[in-house]
Amino acid sequence: MVEPRREDVIRCEGIWKIFGDKAQQAMEAVRKDGLSKREIHDRFDCVVGVQDASFSVGRGEIFCIMGLSGSGKSTLIRHINRLIEPTSGNVIIEGQNVNAMNPRELRALRAEKIGMVFQSMALMPHRTVRDNVVFSLEVRGVSEAKRAEVAARAIAAVDLTGWENRYPDELSGGMQQRVGLARAIAADPTILLMDEPFSALDPLIRRQLQGTFMELSAELHKTTVFITHDLDEAIRIGDRIAIMKDGVLVQIGTPEEIVTRPADAYVAEFVAGISKLDLVTAARIMQPLGQYEQENGPQDHAAWPVAKPGDKLNELVDLAVNTDHPILIAAEGQPVGVVSKRALLRGIQGREEGKAA
Amino acid sequence: MESSFNWLNPFAAVDLGIGAWADGIKQWAISNREMIQPIKRFFDGVIVGIEGALQAVPPMVMLAILGLIAWQTAGRRAVWVVVACLAILGFLAPEAWGLAMTTLAIVISSVILCVLIGLPMGVLAGKSDRFEGAIRPVLDTMQTIPAFVYLVPVVMMIGIGNVSGVIVTIIFALPPLVRLTSLGIRGVNPAVVEAARAFGATPGQILRKVELPLATPTILAGLNQTIMLSLSMVVIASMISVKGLGNEVLRAMGRLDAGKAIVGGLGIVMLAIVLDRITQGLGRSGRDRGHKPWWQTGPVGVIAHLLGKTN
Repeated sequence: MVEPRREDVIRCEGIWKIFGDKAQQAMEAVRKDGLSKREIHDRFDCVVGVQDASFSVGRGEIFCIMGLSGSGKSTLIRHINRLIEPTSGNVIIEGQNVNAMNPRELRALRAEKIGMVFQSMALMPHRTVRDNVVFSLEVRGVSEAKRAEVAARAIAAVDLTGWENRYPDELSGGMQQRVGLARAIAADPTILLMDEPFSALDPLIRRQLQGTFMELSAELHKTTVFITHDLDEAIRIGDRIAIMKDGVLVQIGTPEEIVTRPADAYVAEFVAGISKLDLVTAARIMQPLGQYEQENGPQDHAAWPVAKPGDKLNELVDLAVNTDHPILIAAEGQPVGVVSKRALLRGIQGREEGKAA
Repeated sequence: MESSFNWLNPFAAVDLGIGAWADGIKQWAISNREMIQPIKRFFDGVIVGIEGALQAVPPMVMLAILGLIAWQTAGRRAVWVVVACLAILGFLAPEAWGLAMTTLAIVISSVILCVLIGLPMGVLAGKSDRFEGAIRPVLDTMQTIPAFVYLVPVVMMIGIGNVSGVIVTIIFALPPLVRLTSLGIRGVNPAVVEAARAFGATPGQILRKVELPLATPTILAGLNQTIMLSLSMVVIASMISVKGLGNEVLRAMGRLDAGKAIVGGLGIVMLAIVLDRITQGLGRSGRDRGHKPWWQTGPVGVIAHLLGKTN
């Protein structure tokens, strides 16, 4: 996973979180003997929340952590701003070790560099929308005038202008989470932590807010860690996805990698129902031109529709419905491969056909 | 007697001398009275000052002031209850109003001290399980031990009068405020506290900006209970020479004078209704008030509105 040119904003190194009174002893035993989760539970009466999680997030990247409830994803995200102390391991943000910070430095980091959005919204019911949004500036002692200016901008960014003086209980769920989003971006942080921000909303509003978030994200270019239990959401939003199961990061990769090359049966089961149409590219399913000609004889492909290797299956389908020919895949004007109807249909199903056969 | 030790009833034969030991505390209190006197004089001065102020206001003016306070805290409908109760109180007997003001002064002094002691204790108890565990039996004791038990030591140490009256009142009236403050702090949504932490608030800021405001309705319910319990102590306090409505009841009991007892008793009830209405209104949440800040409602709101028009 090491890409040297990319600048890492968040780096998590071997994070362990063991809950229980004897967490430290359990950690020692894990280091020495490599105990399993069950052994830790039986011998120390401790529960493993996160097990040896390492990952890094590059500048401007949206990193999704996907897992079912209880998989430890919410615990993991809270290590990044140290709402939870790791039993072992380090979190490094822009070269600074978060776990070595004193309380004052930590508060500065939380208020100025990290914005967080919560599943439960966690707005302060006794404060107006405006006062909720600029809470992080208020605790840093920013002047009233500056706060009003920042609040107006952040509230406008989530389309809530005109609601500044309302209270959270006067807003619908979707609007409340917009306030949560505005609060997270108000201090113009480098990092956004999104803890299942849209899970509590109904599907229509969720889609709408995902849209708002992606627009904002494209505009502000924040480094984001996004927690979700919904793989569709992860694929829609994430540049890269990490699949988490029982405290372990099972697989980290781009949406296409996760869907086409699941690391184990668990991930495979997850991605089975996911539509490949907008994920898988022609390059993944095409047969090299030479091989195709070997099997089927020399071809006259002047009448064939042409697509690029990076085109998604959806676009290939559009081409295929208008012709009886296979599709020619050309990179920079040079034909490189062929996608037959059969390969295309198998690709949509998620099986690779004719490529290696 | 020695030979009669019985395993089935060992208690009769053993005397640990707890009564005598407690009596020793009393003796110690008597011999150390001089130390306490300056403190006592200070508090006595404060109480007398409050009483003097209350007595100096003409009854009709005081009635108007309390009516306006009720309007501010509890809304227009409470005004009529408060005014009616105060009128009944005044008409009970020619001297009833003055006695009621004396009682009110004692209650106000007790409640102020209860808040000063109880609020920090309640916050601490809300934050620390260990502190909560430690003070819970103390609070239980304070609420259930008969007042007559501590009446004597308090009088021995401080002497009869207003200050002792306030002390015995505090012992009885403090616990609900501590308990409900702790309950209020513990009841604050942990997600909101976590959000405050995630945005860089210090523990002090979390307490001031999040926990105390959100716990306010519960804390004010505790304050209401503390006021009610303070009022219920006025008859007992009058046994150690505290003046006021309670003293009327006590004297009527001695003389079997039912008429006087009713004057004192009804007076206490009327005062209780007035204080209850005023403080119950305080606990309404922002949503109940239509999310208007307090200075935009009630008489203050009217005045502010008028001032805003003329300017």
